Amino acid sequence: MTMEFAAHCPWLSDDGPDTDVVMSCRVRLARNLARFPFVSRADEAQRKELCNIARQVVLSSNLAEGVIWVDLNHATARDRQLLVERHLISKNLAEADIPRAVAVSGDETLSVMVNEEDHLRMQLLAPGLRLVELVERINVVDDAIEAKVDYAFSPRWGYLTACPTNLGTGIRLSVMMHLPALKLTSEIDRVRRAAKDLHLAVRGYYGEGSESAGDFYQISNQVTLGSSEQDLLREFDQRVLPRIIEYEQHARRMLVDDNATLLDDRIHRALGTLRSARLLGAEEAMKLLSRLRLGVHLGRLPDLDITAINRLLLQVQPAHLQTYVAADLNSEQLREARATLMRQTLQ
Amino acid sequence: MNPLKCDYCDKPAVVHEVTVKNGQKNEVHLCEEHAQEAGVALPSHQPLNELLSKFVISQTSRAKATPKKPCPTCGMTYRRFRQTGNLGCPDCYQAFEEQLAPLIQRAQNGADHHRGKTPRRAGASDDRQLQIRQLVRELDEAVADEKYERAAQLRDRLRGFDPQSPGSKAVVKPDNEPHQSES
Repeated sequence: MTMEFAAHCPWLSDDGPDTDVVMSCRVRLARNLARFPFVSRADEAQRKELCNIARQVVLSSNLAEGVIWVDLNHATARDRQLLVERHLISKNLAEADIPRAVAVSGDETLSVMVNEEDHLRMQLLAPGLRLVELVERINVVDDAIEAKVDYAFSPRWGYLTACPTNLGTGIRLSVMMHLPALKLTSEIDRVRRAAKDLHLAVRGYYGEGSESAGDFYQISNQVTLGSSEQDLLREFDQRVLPRIIEYEQHARRMLVDDNATLLDDRIHRALGTLRSARLLGAEEAMKLLSRLRLGVHLGRLPDLDITAINRLLLQVQPAHLQTYVAADLNSEQLREARATLMRQTLQ
Repeated sequence: MNPLKCDYCDKPAVVHEVTVKNGQKNEVHLCEEHAQEAGVALPSHQPLNELLSKFVISQTSRAKATPKKPCPTCGMTYRRFRQTGNLGCPDCYQAFEEQLAPLIQRAQNGADHHRGKTPRRAGASDDRQLQIRQLVRELDEAVADEKYERAAQLRDRLRGFDPQSPGSKAVVKPDNEPHQSES
Protein backbone atom coordinates (compact mmCIF):
# COMPACT_ATOMS: atom_id res chain seq x y z
CA MET A 1 0.00 0.00 0.00
CA THR A 2 1.29 3.40 -0.85
CA MET A 3 -0.03 6.03 1.43
CA GLU A 4 0.98 9.43 0.36
CA PHE A 5 0.81 11.83 3.18
CA ALA A 6 1.36 15.28 1.89
CA ALA A 7 1.59 18.15 4.32
CA HIS A 8 -2.12 18.92 4.19
CA CYS A 9 -3.24 17.40 7.45
CA PRO A 10 -6.26 19.68 7.96
CA TRP A 11 -5.70 20.62 11.57
CA LEU A 12 -2.08 21.68 11.04
CA SER A 13 -3.12 25.00 9.57
CA ASP A 14 -3.90 27.88 11.83
CA ASP A 15 -6.75 28.88 9.58
CA GLY A 16 -9.88 28.75 11.70
CA PRO A 17 -11.78 30.53 14.45
CA ASP A 18 -10.21 30.43 17.93
CA THR A 19 -7.19 28.37 16.84
CA ASP A 20 -5.18 29.89 19.69
CA VAL A 21 -7.16 27.65 22.06
CA VAL A 22 -9.04 25.19 19.83
CA MET A 23 -6.48 23.37 17.73
CA SER A 24 -9.05 21.31 15.85
CA CYS A 25 -12.63 20.15 16.01
CA ARG A 26 -14.28 16.91 14.99
CA VAL A 27 -17.78 15.56 14.46
CA ARG A 28 -18.36 11.82 14.47
CA LEU A 29 -21.49 9.78 13.71
CA ALA A 30 -21.95 6.15 14.74
CA ARG A 31 -24.15 4.12 12.40
CA ASN A 32 -25.02 0.45 12.02
CA LEU A 33 -26.65 -1.41 9.18
CA ALA A 34 -30.00 -3.08 9.77
CA ARG A 35 -30.15 -6.89 9.56
CA PHE A 36 -26.52 -7.36 10.64
CA PRO A 37 -25.26 -8.16 14.13
CA PHE A 38 -23.07 -5.47 15.69
CA VAL A 39 -19.37 -5.87 14.92
CA SER A 40 -18.39 -7.73 18.09
CA ARG A 41 -21.15 -10.33 17.51
CA ALA A 42 -20.73 -10.65 13.73
CA ASP A 43 -18.81 -13.59 12.29
CA GLU A 44 -15.86 -13.31 9.91
CA ALA A 45 -18.05 -13.61 6.79
CA GLN A 46 -20.44 -10.91 7.99
CA ARG A 47 -17.57 -8.59 8.87
CA LYS A 48 -16.13 -9.07 5.38
CA GLU A 49 -19.54 -8.45 3.85
CA LEU A 50 -19.85 -5.25 5.87
CA CYS A 51 -16.47 -4.09 4.53
CA ASN A 52 -17.58 -4.90 0.96
CA ILE A 53 -20.89 -3.08 1.32
CA ALA A 54 -19.20 -0.06 2.90
CA ARG A 55 -16.55 0.02 0.17
CA GLN A 56 -19.15 -0.06 -2.57
CA VAL A 57 -21.35 2.57 -0.91
CA VAL A 58 -18.56 4.95 0.10
CA LEU A 59 -16.71 4.84 -3.21
CA SER A 60 -19.87 5.28 -5.28
CA SER A 61 -21.38 8.12 -3.26
CA ASN A 62 -19.14 11.04 -4.17
CA LEU A 63 -18.73 11.93 -0.51
CA ALA A 64 -15.63 14.06 -1.04
CA GLU A 65 -12.77 14.66 -3.46
CA GLY A 66 -10.16 11.94 -3.89
CA VAL A 67 -11.48 9.37 -1.41
CA ILE A 68 -9.08 6.46 -0.95
CA TRP A 69 -9.99 3.10 0.53
CA VAL A 70 -7.51 1.56 2.95
CA ASP A 71 -7.92 -2.14 3.75
CA LEU A 72 -6.37 -2.10 7.21
CA ASN A 73 -5.74 -5.85 7.15
CA HIS A 74 -3.26 -5.30 4.35
CA ALA A 75 -1.74 -2.12 5.78
CA THR A 76 1.56 -2.23 7.64
CA ALA A 77 1.62 -1.56 11.37
CA ARG A 78 3.39 1.73 10.68
CA ASP A 79 0.77 2.88 8.18
CA ARG A 80 -1.96 2.07 10.66
CA GLN A 81 -0.09 4.03 13.33
CA LEU A 82 0.29 6.95 10.90
CA LEU A 83 -3.49 7.01 10.54
CA VAL A 84 -3.90 7.02 14.34
CA GLU A 85 -1.40 9.86 14.71
CA ARG A 86 -3.34 11.86 12.11
CA HIS A 87 -6.57 11.18 14.04
CA LEU A 88 -8.10 9.40 11.04
CA ILE A 89 -8.66 6.06 12.79
CA SER A 90 -8.89 5.02 16.43
CA LYS A 91 -6.27 3.02 18.28
CA ASN A 92 -8.84 0.23 18.63
CA LEU A 93 -9.34 -0.02 14.89
CA ALA A 94 -5.59 0.04 14.26
CA GLU A 95 -4.97 -2.80 16.69
CA ALA A 96 -8.03 -4.97 15.98
CA ASP A 97 -7.63 -8.37 14.37
CA ILE A 98 -10.77 -8.53 12.21
CA PRO A 99 -11.70 -7.46 8.65
CA ARG A 100 -11.72 -3.67 8.85
CA ALA A 101 -11.08 -0.63 6.70
CA VAL A 102 -11.12 3.13 6.49
CA ALA A 103 -12.02 5.54 3.71
CA VAL A 104 -10.14 8.85 3.78
CA SER A 105 -10.82 11.91 1.63
CA GLY A 106 -7.96 13.50 -0.33
CA ASP A 107 -7.82 16.49 2.00
CA GLU A 108 -8.01 14.20 5.07
CA THR A 109 -10.98 16.04 6.50
CA LEU A 110 -13.33 13.06 6.13
CA SER A 111 -12.78 9.51 7.28
CA VAL A 112 -15.19 6.61 7.47
CA MET A 113 -14.08 3.75 9.72
CA VAL A 114 -15.60 0.35 9.01
CA ASN A 115 -15.97 -2.33 11.70
CA GLU A 116 -14.84 -0.24 14.63
CA GLU A 117 -17.23 -0.74 17.59
CA ASP A 118 -20.04 0.16 15.17
CA HIS A 119 -20.31 -0.80 11.50
CA LEU A 120 -19.65 2.78 10.39
CA ARG A 121 -17.99 5.62 12.21
CA MET A 122 -17.82 8.67 9.97
CA GLN A 123 -15.96 11.78 11.03
CA LEU A 124 -15.00 15.22 9.79
CA LEU A 125 -12.03 17.20 11.09
CA ALA A 126 -11.22 20.90 10.75
CA PRO A 127 -8.81 23.39 12.32
CA GLY A 128 -10.23 25.77 14.92
CA LEU A 129 -13.79 25.85 16.10
CA ARG A 130 -16.05 25.12 13.12
CA LEU A 131 -18.48 22.61 14.53
CA VAL A 132 -21.53 24.22 12.92
CA GLU A 133 -20.03 23.75 9.47
CA LEU A 134 -18.91 20.19 10.26
CA VAL A 135 -22.33 19.14 11.56
CA GLU A 136 -23.90 20.38 8.31
CA ARG A 137 -21.35 18.54 6.21
CA ILE A 138 -21.52 15.25 8.12
CA ASN A 139 -25.29 15.34 7.73
CA VAL A 140 -24.85 15.42 3.96
CA VAL A 141 -22.38 12.52 4.12
CA ASP A 142 -24.79 10.57 6.31
CA ASP A 143 -27.70 11.20 3.90
CA ALA A 144 -25.61 10.06 0.94
CA ILE A 145 -24.73 6.78 2.67
CA GLU A 146 -28.24 6.30 3.98
CA ALA A 147 -29.60 6.59 0.44
CA LYS A 148 -27.92 3.26 -0.28
CA VAL A 149 -28.21 1.25 2.94
CA ASP A 150 -30.78 0.69 5.66
CA TYR A 151 -29.59 1.93 9.02
CA ALA A 152 -30.55 0.19 12.26
CA PHE A 153 -32.97 2.68 13.77
CA SER A 154 -35.84 2.68 16.23
CA PRO A 155 -38.21 5.61 16.80
CA ARG A 156 -37.74 5.36 20.55
CA TRP A 157 -33.98 4.88 20.71
CA GLY A 158 -32.90 6.53 17.47
CA TYR A 159 -29.80 5.17 15.69
CA LEU A 160 -29.00 1.88 17.36
CA THR A 161 -25.40 1.47 18.45
CA ALA A 162 -23.42 -1.42 19.91
CA CYS A 163 -22.95 0.44 23.19
CA PRO A 164 -25.95 2.33 24.63
CA THR A 165 -23.66 5.27 25.47
CA ASN A 166 -23.72 6.25 21.76
CA LEU A 167 -27.43 5.67 21.24
CA GLY A 168 -29.88 8.14 19.69
CA THR A 169 -28.12 10.67 17.51
CA GLY A 170 -24.87 8.70 17.54
CA ILE A 171 -23.15 12.06 17.39
CA ARG A 172 -19.94 12.96 19.14
CA LEU A 173 -18.80 16.57 18.96
CA SER A 174 -15.25 17.07 20.09
CA VAL A 175 -12.55 19.68 20.20
CA MET A 176 -8.80 19.40 20.75
CA MET A 177 -8.14 22.23 23.14
CA HIS A 178 -4.73 23.68 23.97
CA LEU A 179 -4.95 24.84 27.58
CA PRO A 180 -1.38 25.64 28.67
CA ALA A 181 -2.24 28.72 30.74
CA LEU A 182 -4.91 26.87 32.72
CA LYS A 183 -2.33 24.14 33.32
CA LEU A 184 0.38 26.61 34.37
CA THR A 185 -1.99 28.35 36.77
CA SER A 186 -3.28 24.99 38.12
CA GLU A 187 -6.84 25.85 37.08
CA ILE A 188 -7.18 22.82 34.82
CA ASP A 189 -8.75 20.63 37.51
CA ARG A 190 -11.58 23.14 37.82
CA VAL A 191 -12.22 22.76 34.10
CA ARG A 192 -12.22 18.99 34.47
CA ARG A 193 -14.72 19.15 37.33
CA ALA A 194 -16.94 21.62 35.48
CA ALA A 195 -16.80 19.47 32.35
CA LYS A 196 -17.86 16.44 34.36
CA ASP A 197 -20.82 18.33 35.78
CA LEU A 198 -21.81 19.31 32.24
CA HIS A 199 -21.71 15.65 31.10
CA LEU A 200 -18.65 16.18 28.95
CA ALA A 201 -15.77 13.77 28.54
CA VAL A 202 -12.20 15.05 28.92
CA ARG A 203 -9.64 12.83 27.30
CA GLY A 204 -6.03 12.94 26.21
CA TYR A 205 -4.45 13.60 22.85
CA TYR A 206 -5.49 10.29 21.30
CA GLY A 207 -8.97 10.12 22.73
CA GLU A 208 -10.31 7.19 24.70
CA GLY A 209 -7.93 5.92 27.36
CA SER A 210 -5.09 8.31 26.52
CA GLU A 211 -3.44 10.78 28.87
CA SER A 212 -3.21 14.45 28.09
CA ALA A 213 0.10 15.30 26.48
CA GLY A 214 1.49 18.79 26.02
CA ASP A 215 -1.54 20.43 27.64
CA PHE A 216 -3.84 19.18 24.86
CA TYR A 217 -7.25 17.99 25.96
CA GLN A 218 -9.97 16.44 23.87
CA ILE A 219 -13.37 17.54 25.15
CA SER A 220 -16.58 15.97 23.85
CA ASN A 221 -20.28 15.57 24.57
CA GLN A 222 -21.18 12.44 26.49
CA VAL A 223 -24.96 12.45 26.14
CA THR A 224 -26.21 11.40 22.69
CA LEU A 225 -29.89 10.66 23.38
CA GLY A 226 -32.84 12.92 24.14
CA SER A 227 -31.73 16.07 22.30
CA SER A 228 -31.59 16.84 18.60
CA GLU A 229 -28.23 17.17 16.87
CA GLN A 230 -28.82 20.93 16.63
CA ASP A 231 -29.60 21.24 20.35
CA LEU A 232 -26.50 19.24 21.30
CA LEU A 233 -24.45 21.41 18.96
CA ARG A 234 -25.89 24.65 20.33
CA GLU A 235 -25.22 23.65 23.92
CA PHE A 236 -21.64 22.55 23.21
CA ASP A 237 -20.63 25.14 20.64
CA GLN A 238 -22.36 28.22 22.00
CA ARG A 239 -22.64 27.66 25.73
CA VAL A 240 -19.88 25.33 26.91
CA LEU A 241 -16.89 25.94 24.65
CA PRO A 242 -16.89 29.77 24.66
CA ARG A 243 -16.64 29.63 28.44
CA ILE A 244 -13.61 27.34 28.40
CA ILE A 245 -11.98 29.38 25.62
CA GLU A 246 -12.55 32.60 27.56
CA TYR A 247 -11.21 30.97 30.72
CA GLU A 248 -7.97 29.99 28.98
CA GLN A 249 -7.63 33.38 27.28
CA HIS A 250 -8.18 35.09 30.62
CA ALA A 251 -5.50 32.90 32.24
CA ARG A 252 -3.14 33.84 29.39
CA ARG A 253 -3.80 37.56 29.89
CA MET A 254 -3.17 37.18 33.61
CA LEU A 255 0.15 35.47 32.92
CA VAL A 256 1.22 38.27 30.59
CA ASP A 257 0.06 41.02 32.95
CA ASP A 258 1.18 39.61 36.28
CA ASN A 259 3.87 37.09 35.54
CA ALA A 260 5.51 37.94 32.23
CA THR A 261 9.00 36.99 33.41
CA LEU A 262 7.89 33.55 34.55
CA LEU A 263 5.99 33.10 31.28
CA ASP A 264 8.95 34.12 29.13
CA ASP A 265 11.24 31.93 31.20
CA ARG A 266 9.05 28.87 30.53
CA ILE A 267 8.75 29.64 26.84
CA HIS A 268 12.43 30.34 26.23
CA ARG A 269 13.59 27.40 28.32
CA ALA A 270 11.39 25.22 26.12
CA LEU A 271 12.92 26.71 22.99
CA GLY A 272 16.41 26.33 24.42
CA THR A 273 15.88 22.68 25.24
CA LEU A 274 14.38 21.90 21.84
CA ARG A 275 17.27 23.63 20.09
CA SER A 276 19.92 21.85 22.14
CA ALA A 277 18.69 18.42 23.24
CA ARG A 278 20.28 15.29 21.79
CA LEU A 279 17.60 12.89 23.03
CA LEU A 280 13.90 13.67 23.29
CA GLY A 281 10.92 11.54 24.34
CA ALA A 282 7.58 12.14 22.60
CA GLU A 283 5.91 13.33 25.77
CA GLU A 284 8.67 15.78 26.63
CA ALA A 285 8.72 17.08 23.06
CA MET A 286 4.97 17.70 23.12
CA LYS A 287 5.19 19.48 26.46
CA LEU A 288 7.92 21.78 25.16
CA LEU A 289 6.17 22.37 21.83
CA SER A 290 3.04 23.25 23.78
CA ARG A 291 5.00 26.06 25.47
CA LEU A 292 6.22 27.31 22.08
CA ARG A 293 2.67 27.26 20.75
CA LEU A 294 1.62 29.39 23.72
CA GLY A 295 4.57 31.72 23.15
CA VAL A 296 3.76 32.23 19.47
CA HIS A 297 0.07 32.91 20.14
CA LEU A 298 1.01 35.46 22.81
CA GLY A 299 3.44 37.19 20.48
CA ARG A 300 6.45 36.26 22.62
CA LEU A 301 8.20 34.33 19.82
CA PRO A 302 7.73 36.50 16.71
CA ASP A 303 10.26 34.57 14.63
CA LEU A 304 8.46 31.24 14.88
CA ASP A 305 5.65 30.10 12.63
CA ILE A 306 2.64 28.46 14.26
CA THR A 307 2.08 26.07 11.36
CA ALA A 308 5.63 24.78 11.75
CA ILE A 309 4.99 24.10 15.43
CA ASN A 310 1.70 22.36 14.68
CA ARG A 311 3.51 20.24 12.11
CA LEU A 312 6.23 19.33 14.63
CA LEU A 313 3.52 18.20 17.06
CA LEU A 314 2.59 15.62 14.42
CA GLN A 315 6.13 14.80 13.31
CA VAL A 316 7.36 13.92 16.80
CA GLN A 317 4.97 10.94 16.87
CA PRO A 318 6.73 7.59 16.33
CA ALA A 319 5.22 6.53 12.99
CA HIS A 320 5.65 9.98 11.45
CA LEU A 321 9.22 10.19 12.68
CA GLN A 322 10.07 6.78 11.20
CA THR A 323 8.42 7.72 7.91
CA TYR A 324 10.37 11.01 7.89
CA VAL A 325 13.73 9.27 8.31
CA ALA A 326 12.58 6.29 6.20
CA ALA A 327 13.75 3.68 8.70
CA ASP A 328 12.46 1.47 11.50
CA LEU A 329 13.77 2.88 14.76
CA ASN A 330 13.91 1.49 18.29
CA SER A 331 12.90 3.75 21.16
CA GLU A 332 16.41 5.10 21.77
CA GLN A 333 16.87 5.85 18.07
CA LEU A 334 13.47 7.53 18.05
CA ARG A 335 14.54 9.83 20.87
CA GLU A 336 17.67 10.76 18.95
CA ALA A 337 15.83 11.30 15.64
CA ARG A 338 13.24 13.44 17.42
CA ALA A 339 15.91 15.70 18.94
CA THR A 340 17.68 15.99 15.57
CA LEU A 341 14.44 16.98 13.84
CA MET A 342 13.84 19.68 16.45
CA ARG A 343 17.34 21.14 16.13
CA GLN A 344 17.09 21.18 12.34
CA THR A 345 13.64 22.81 12.32
CA LEU A 346 14.02 25.33 15.12
CA GLN A 347 17.50 26.76 14.42
CA MET B 1 -25.90 19.35 59.25
CA ASN B 2 -24.46 15.86 59.59
CA PRO B 3 -23.08 14.39 56.37
CA LEU B 4 -25.27 11.69 54.84
CA LYS B 5 -24.21 8.16 55.61
CA CYS B 6 -23.71 5.39 53.07
CA ASP B 7 -26.77 3.19 52.46
CA TYR B 8 -24.71 0.10 53.20
CA CYS B 9 -22.44 1.15 56.09
CA ASP B 10 -21.80 4.00 58.53
CA LYS B 11 -19.16 5.77 56.49
CA PRO B 12 -19.96 9.19 55.01
CA ALA B 13 -21.51 9.01 51.56
CA VAL B 14 -19.51 10.57 48.73
CA VAL B 15 -21.76 9.59 45.84
CA HIS B 16 -25.34 10.83 45.81
CA GLU B 17 -27.84 9.87 43.18
CA VAL B 18 -31.42 11.08 43.07
CA THR B 19 -33.80 9.74 40.46
CA VAL B 20 -37.46 10.53 39.99
CA LYS B 21 -39.57 7.97 38.23
CA ASN B 22 -43.34 7.99 37.99
CA GLY B 23 -43.37 10.73 40.58
CA GLN B 24 -41.45 8.56 43.07
CA LYS B 25 -38.19 9.99 44.33
CA ASN B 26 -35.42 7.47 44.86
CA GLU B 27 -32.16 8.37 46.57
CA VAL B 28 -28.94 6.39 46.67
CA HIS B 29 -26.02 7.45 48.87
CA LEU B 30 -22.77 5.50 48.80
CA CYS B 31 -19.39 5.75 50.51
CA GLU B 32 -16.26 5.59 48.38
CA GLU B 33 -15.82 1.86 48.98
CA HIS B 34 -19.38 0.86 48.14
CA ALA B 35 -19.49 3.28 45.24
CA GLN B 36 -16.38 1.67 43.81
CA GLU B 37 -17.96 -1.72 44.35
CA ALA B 38 -20.95 -0.50 42.35
CA GLY B 39 -18.57 0.88 39.75
CA VAL B 40 -19.57 4.52 40.07
CA ALA B 41 -16.70 6.17 41.92
CA LEU B 42 -13.36 5.67 40.31
CA PRO B 43 -10.12 7.65 40.39
CA SER B 44 -10.70 11.11 38.92
CA HIS B 45 -8.29 10.59 35.99
CA GLN B 46 -10.44 7.72 34.70
CA PRO B 47 -11.87 8.77 31.32
CA LEU B 48 -15.55 9.52 31.68
CA ASN B 49 -16.64 7.14 28.97
CA GLU B 50 -14.90 4.22 30.68
CA LEU B 51 -16.57 5.25 33.88
CA LEU B 52 -19.87 5.32 32.06
CA SER B 53 -19.36 1.89 30.54
CA LYS B 54 -18.65 0.51 34.00
CA PHE B 55 -21.63 2.41 35.29
CA VAL B 56 -23.79 0.86 32.58
CA ILE B 57 -22.51 -2.58 33.44
CA SER B 58 -22.93 -2.12 37.18
CA GLN B 59 -26.38 -0.62 36.85
CA THR B 60 -27.66 -3.72 35.12
CA SER B 61 -27.06 -5.69 38.29
CA ARG B 62 -29.44 -3.42 40.14
CA ALA B 63 -31.95 -3.40 37.29
CA LYS B 64 -34.92 -5.68 36.94
CA ALA B 65 -34.45 -9.45 37.06
CA THR B 66 -32.00 -10.62 34.42
CA PRO B 67 -33.88 -12.09 31.46
CA LYS B 68 -32.90 -15.70 30.86
CA LYS B 69 -33.98 -15.78 27.22
CA PRO B 70 -31.33 -14.75 24.73
CA CYS B 71 -32.05 -12.26 21.94
CA PRO B 72 -34.09 -14.26 19.37
CA THR B 73 -32.16 -12.70 16.48
CA CYS B 74 -28.50 -12.99 17.49
CA GLY B 75 -28.52 -15.26 20.55
CA MET B 76 -26.86 -12.62 22.73
CA THR B 77 -27.61 -13.05 26.43
CA TYR B 78 -28.22 -10.22 28.83
CA ARG B 79 -25.52 -11.67 31.08
CA ARG B 80 -22.99 -11.36 28.27
CA PHE B 81 -24.02 -7.74 27.67
CA ARG B 82 -23.38 -7.07 31.35
CA GLN B 83 -19.86 -8.42 30.95
CA THR B 84 -18.94 -6.53 27.79
CA GLY B 85 -21.11 -3.41 27.73
CA ASN B 86 -21.92 -4.06 24.06
CA LEU B 87 -25.16 -5.45 22.66
CA GLY B 88 -25.20 -8.15 20.00
CA CYS B 89 -27.50 -6.73 17.34
CA PRO B 90 -30.09 -3.97 16.79
CA ASP B 91 -32.88 -6.32 17.92
CA CYS B 92 -31.26 -6.70 21.37
CA TYR B 93 -32.72 -3.28 22.21
CA GLN B 94 -36.19 -4.77 21.84
CA ALA B 95 -35.34 -8.13 23.43
CA PHE B 96 -33.93 -6.53 26.58
CA GLU B 97 -35.91 -3.28 26.51
CA GLU B 98 -37.31 -3.60 30.01
CA GLN B 99 -33.86 -3.98 31.58
CA LEU B 100 -32.10 -1.58 29.24
CA ALA B 101 -34.49 1.37 29.58
CA PRO B 102 -33.51 2.38 33.14
CA LEU B 103 -29.80 2.00 32.55
CA ILE B 104 -29.93 3.95 29.29
CA GLN B 105 -31.71 6.70 31.17
CA ARG B 106 -28.94 6.76 33.75
CA ALA B 107 -26.17 6.74 31.17
CA GLN B 108 -27.91 9.40 29.04
CA ASN B 109 -28.64 11.94 31.77
CA GLY B 110 -32.28 10.91 32.14
CA ALA B 111 -33.17 10.83 28.43
CA ASP B 112 -35.23 7.90 27.23
CA HIS B 113 -36.39 9.00 23.78
CA HIS B 114 -34.67 9.95 20.58
CA ARG B 115 -35.34 13.48 19.45
CA GLY B 116 -32.87 13.84 16.62
CA LYS B 117 -32.57 12.95 12.99
CA THR B 118 -34.65 10.17 11.44
CA PRO B 119 -33.37 8.23 8.45
CA ARG B 120 -35.47 8.99 5.39
CA ARG B 121 -35.48 5.40 4.18
CA ALA B 122 -36.63 4.04 7.50
CA GLY B 123 -38.97 6.94 8.07
CA ALA B 124 -40.19 6.95 4.44
CA SER B 125 -41.36 10.54 4.37
CA ASP B 126 -40.95 13.80 6.18
CA ASP B 127 -44.59 13.57 7.23
CA ARG B 128 -43.88 10.32 8.91
CA GLN B 129 -40.90 11.81 10.72
CA LEU B 130 -43.02 14.70 11.90
CA GLN B 131 -45.68 12.30 13.14
CA ILE B 132 -43.08 10.29 15.02
CA ARG B 133 -41.61 13.39 16.64
CA GLN B 134 -45.05 14.61 17.55
CA LEU B 135 -45.90 11.26 19.12
CA VAL B 136 -42.65 11.22 21.09
CA ARG B 137 -43.35 14.72 22.32
CA GLU B 138 -46.89 13.80 23.35
CA LEU B 139 -45.60 10.67 25.06
CA ASP B 140 -43.11 12.74 27.07
CA GLU B 141 -45.87 15.09 28.12
CA ALA B 142 -48.22 12.26 29.04
CA VAL B 143 -45.53 10.67 31.24
CA ALA B 144 -44.69 14.01 32.82
CA ASP B 145 -48.38 14.54 33.57
CA GLU B 146 -48.67 10.95 34.86
CA LYS B 147 -51.36 10.14 32.26
CA TYR B 148 -50.25 6.55 31.94
CA GLU B 149 -53.19 5.25 29.95
CA ARG B 150 -52.60 7.90 27.32
CA ALA B 151 -48.85 7.16 27.44
CA ALA B 152 -49.47 3.46 26.80
CA GLN B 153 -51.64 4.29 23.77
CA LEU B 154 -48.97 6.61 22.40
CA ARG B 155 -46.29 4.01 22.99
CA ASP B 156 -48.28 1.42 21.05
CA ARG B 157 -48.72 3.83 18.17
CA LEU B 158 -45.00 4.56 18.17
CA ARG B 159 -44.26 0.86 18.04
CA GLY B 160 -46.26 0.74 14.85
CA PHE B 161 -43.58 2.95 13.30
CA ASP B 162 -40.67 0.79 14.35
CA PRO B 163 -38.83 -0.38 11.24
CA GLN B 164 -37.07 -2.98 13.40
CA SER B 165 -40.24 -4.99 13.89
CA PRO B 166 -40.83 -6.97 10.72
CA GLY B 167 -44.30 -6.75 9.25
CA SER B 168 -45.28 -3.86 11.44
CA LYS B 169 -47.19 -1.11 9.76
CA ALA B 170 -47.78 2.42 10.76
CA VAL B 171 -51.09 2.60 12.52
CA VAL B 172 -51.23 6.33 12.83
CA LYS B 173 -54.57 7.78 11.93
CA PRO B 174 -55.24 11.43 11.42
CA ASP B 175 -55.22 12.89 14.87
CA ASN B 176 -57.99 15.31 15.63
CA GLU B 177 -56.42 16.51 18.79
CA PRO B 178 -54.75 19.89 18.64
CA HIS B 179 -51.04 19.57 18.02
CA GLN B 180 -48.32 21.82 19.17
CA SER B 181 -46.55 23.32 16.24
CA GLU B 182 -43.20 21.79 15.38
CA SER B 183 -40.48 24.16 16.43
